[in-house]
Amino acid sequence: MSVTPLHTKPAAPRSTDIGGVASPVDLPIRPAPPASVDALPVRNPGFALDLDAVRSIRVNRSAVERRAATLPTRRTVKKEWQAAWLLRAISCIDLTTLSGDDTVGNVRRLCAKARNPVRGEVLHALGVENLHLQVGAVCVYHTYVATAVQALEGSGIPVAAVSTGFPAGLSPMAQRLAEVRASVMAGAKEIDIVITRAHVLTGNWLALYDEIKSFRHACGDAHMKTILGVGELATLTNVARASMVAMMAGSDFIKTSTGKEMTNATLPVGIVMTRMIREFGTQYGYEIGFKPAGGIRSAKQSLDWLILMKEELGDRWLRSSLFRFGASGLLTDIERQLEHYVTGRYAAAHRQPMV
Amino acid sequence: MATTQSPATSVRDIFDSMGYGPAPEGDAPVREWLKLRKHAFGHFINGAWTDAANSKSFDVHDPSSGKLLAKVAQGTPDDVNAAVSAARAALPAWQALDAHVRARYLYALARAVQRHARILAVLETMDNGKPIRETRDIDVPLVARHFYHHAGWAQLLDTEFAGHHGYGVVGQIIPWNFPLLMLAWKVAPALAAGNTVVMKPAEFTPLSALLFAEIAAEAGLPPGVFNLVTGDGATGAAIVDHADVDKIAFTGSTEVGRAIRIATAGTGKGLSLELGGKSPFVVFEDSDLDSVVEGVVDAIWFNQGQVCCAGSRLLVQEGVADRLVAKLRERMERLRVGSPLDKAVDMGAIVAPVQLERIRGLVAQGVSEGATCWQPSWATPTEGWFYPPTLFTEVSPSATIAQTEIFGPVLVMMTFRTPAEAVALANNTPYGLAASVWTENINLALDIAPKIQAGVVWVNCTNQFDASAGFGGYKESGFGREGGREGLWEYLKADRVATDAPPPVLDTAALGNAAKQSDDAALTPSRIHDRMTPTAVVALPALDRTAKLFVGGKQTRPDSAYSRAIRDAAGNNLGDVGEGNRKDIRNAVEAASASSWGKLSGHQRAQILFYIAENLSARGTEFASRIAALTGQSQRAGAIEVEASISRLFTYAGWADKFDGAVHDVPIRGVALAMHEPIGVVGVACPDPYPLLGLISLAAPLLATGNTVVAVPSESFPLAATDFYSVLETSDVPAGALNIVTGKRDALSRVLADHDDVGAMWYVGSQAGATAVEKASAGNLKRTWTEWSSREWLNPRDGEGRTFLRRAVQVKNIWIPYGE
Repeated sequence: MSVTPLHTKPAAPRSTDIGGVASPVDLPIRPAPPASVDALPVRNPGFALDLDAVRSIRVNRSAVERRAATLPTRRTVKKEWQAAWLLRAISCIDLTTLSGDDTVGNVRRLCAKARNPVRGEVLHALGVENLHLQVGAVCVYHTYVATAVQALEGSGIPVAAVSTGFPAGLSPMAQRLAEVRASVMAGAKEIDIVITRAHVLTGNWLALYDEIKSFRHACGDAHMKTILGVGELATLTNVARASMVAMMAGSDFIKTSTGKEMTNATLPVGIVMTRMIREFGTQYGYEIGFKPAGGIRSAKQSLDWLILMKEELGDRWLRSSLFRFGASGLLTDIERQLEHYVTGRYAAAHRQPMV
Repeated sequence: MATTQSPATSVRDIFDSMGYGPAPEGDAPVREWLKLRKHAFGHFINGAWTDAANSKSFDVHDPSSGKLLAKVAQGTPDDVNAAVSAARAALPAWQALDAHVRARYLYALARAVQRHARILAVLETMDNGKPIRETRDIDVPLVARHFYHHAGWAQLLDTEFAGHHGYGVVGQIIPWNFPLLMLAWKVAPALAAGNTVVMKPAEFTPLSALLFAEIAAEAGLPPGVFNLVTGDGATGAAIVDHADVDKIAFTGSTEVGRAIRIATAGTGKGLSLELGGKSPFVVFEDSDLDSVVEGVVDAIWFNQGQVCCAGSRLLVQEGVADRLVAKLRERMERLRVGSPLDKAVDMGAIVAPVQLERIRGLVAQGVSEGATCWQPSWATPTEGWFYPPTLFTEVSPSATIAQTEIFGPVLVMMTFRTPAEAVALANNTPYGLAASVWTENINLALDIAPKIQAGVVWVNCTNQFDASAGFGGYKESGFGREGGREGLWEYLKADRVATDAPPPVLDTAALGNAAKQSDDAALTPSRIHDRMTPTAVVALPALDRTAKLFVGGKQTRPDSAYSRAIRDAAGNNLGDVGEGNRKDIRNAVEAASASSWGKLSGHQRAQILFYIAENLSARGTEFASRIAALTGQSQRAGAIEVEASISRLFTYAGWADKFDGAVHDVPIRGVALAMHEPIGVVGVACPDPYPLLGLISLAAPLLATGNTVVAVPSESFPLAATDFYSVLETSDVPAGALNIVTGKRDALSRVLADHDDVGAMWYVGSQAGATAVEKASAGNLKRTWTEWSSREWLNPRDGEGRTFLRRAVQVKNIWIPYGE
């Protein structure tokens, strides 16, 4: 069938698009606009806590849920587009193991998978054997940072450590800070910190701000992802306000969940957090990354998240420098879909090398 | 949109560009169906297809390419006649069916629509140009939902609508913007209520209706129950003008709605009109602005803005206007316009070149009138009929684009300072179809929603539809509702009581004792009658005085300074009444508009209506004598009328705090409140017989529901009404609640029917007068209720009750999603 061509000329890019141009809104102390879609974002220096701005944030849950329900029905990618998008999803995965029964052995296995996430013949069939496809990072507990750093040596894949008393974040502050420093010392390039949910639930934004700022200081050059634990924040308005505080306090990424809460990364939460990232960008000019984590297991889900990022934030958030999935099982499902695309046959999980 | 169709289609290149590729929905099944039907369609009459080759036909196009899809027969008056005859012939058997059997048919239609959901969606998209996402996820599911819902009503009809029956043969004319959904909104309630149907789909988009006819036949619907005649406005006019059609239901432009109102005036045909709109989308500064942006997308860029209830006037509180404009523009850049069969577009094509030209013309006018026009940087496809999303700022309320329905993806924005100004701007339109109100403050939301004159108000959402909630307009957006219990009433008529009223029980032996009756517990119904029966039939001396008019709570002299004599049956002068004229009507309408009556609670209105009854009762004998003298009937007949009037006032005092609305079970986390709101100022022309009871029977239900009234009392016997002034004056009735202008009924009625500030007109009189009223009512599309056949006003079954109350209110559905 014939389809009417979509748009006779390309859109003028926004600051967040490929070959971005300056935002029409001029604000002071803003970093230069990114040179390309792949340019690394300028690191968020952190800003003073603006309580008025935080408290004026309002989120209408029903409206957000409607948006979340229709977003995956408004956009879809098919055929080679789908294959390419799924490869992109792989490049944004923080391949993760955070189990009580983790050992050196399974962490090494995870790292091996991180280096070669998709079978060579599938990559060849897709024509992307030269892509050097790797995941975004490997994410482990502090105990296995050294193991992972060693296993990933030479790959360029960063190791991320969950920290600060993950997942509840309620150990003494000194220990939490020490844990961050220890992980950085052990070679972690990224630190996923957890916040004290009580600060959000009680509206103690100053305490939340101070806590995150301390963690950021302890991280030094390591990039900090701030886990909000959205499943324990009660309302979307709380999620939005906590997101804004976390960015003001200097987070490089904001992340939905530990994966250990009752509910984790949902599209409504993602919409709220990405809108806050957009708002922060408008106000301060810095680009903050986003990481949904927990419950993302299917290739279809990963596409929905990528669509959300593209629609709400723009193409720069389709790169691992500004977008990550916290997942492990997701990779296997994406591999199955890629194999299906290549062979035309529905694929089985056991044919994909185990994570 | 950036790089949506980059030439690179290798996986490697897409990995870098990350654009969206094409995602076309297959159209092969539809093409096969069209081919099978040889791309030519006749009418569907009496369960069979007429031969397309025998008819003149017109072309139907795919708006996204401009290419021909099919040739469809142009319905002639003969075709319409055949369809109406088939519907008439099928009617007795259809109406005689057990409610359960009709329910089974409706259920079969619901199932059939679901069974054929995808081909209906694809066909609709090809014919109309709207995105497949909308037909697949919104239109067709709502169609099925509508038939399911009305399968339920069909089953419950006998118990829930006892004493009512279907109109008969219903002519239905539907627009091109939601071709199949509008068909369902019309056909489902009509069939559920036991009517048979002659339907005319829009000439731009008849194909889904034609497929539906096939599906309905396949579902076993009896021949003649649903007939389909395709054609243009002339075909529609033939249906409207057909003498054997009992009711017309129309959705479309206000202009055509007016023409239909005029054409059906005085014919006694039922009429419901769902017309245009210029719906306000009100954003307060405390709203979730990012959600507001998505709301705007759903409001004005849904179905390319070709939606009668589209939120086309964006009213924003001044403090957040700039931020919202910036967010909107950024969002507009990201909308995707393209082939409607692509599953990843937000907007498809405009239905026809003539509509595209209209949009272009109005946008050009907006620019020339000084507004700022903003469109995304990308261009729309060149093949097919596309128009980009458009935002006007710097718009004044007087601008053409702020007042005229554009029916395209064009949004105009204005700012307001205060909630009161928001309401004023929202209501600053002849239309009143829908409104959307955005705030996180429940006090504000629930304060504003009732103040906006619109049939639907969506709080923090927009364009929500469901079969269980009524949809329809206020003001010049038409009248009648579709959906819900309120919608089904549009297809039902009361079984009028054919028998005479039961004679009141009058115990003549007790007459002498009546005066001694006190207000103790011994008042049985018959004794109440006794009590009201005059103790002695004494002809009162003629009152030699001239009654004035009753306007704004005061007795005022008529503007004309003319009066006329009122004579009894024997020709004796009983008194003079003022000869009201158009200025008196004007003054009365102004007084009625300014009255505080509508602000009273139901309980307060009840108290006042009770009090009027009490004060009338105290002067019962006097009124009975007056009626007897005026009408030449017996004192006893006068007494009976007074008694019935008191009882009627009690009835509506009783109803005043009880005719409440409903909470509809809509499929959201939230509620839809179906509020019964007064229409406003209502003109009433009273029947000649029963000079007191007629006035009260018409005015009291209107007053009970919070309307204010300008009444023209019985032309022949007005003195009962003028005597009533002093009863009103002593009953704490707020000024302007009930105004009475004596004079020539039809002349004054005409002035009322012409008046743009009168929301409804109830007329009891001659057919000629009714015709004039209904024709004149087309000006502001006021709701009319006209009668020229006699009604037994004494009989409560005929003269009072819910039928009157339903006509005295309009239903506003307020959708309130909740959840924190």
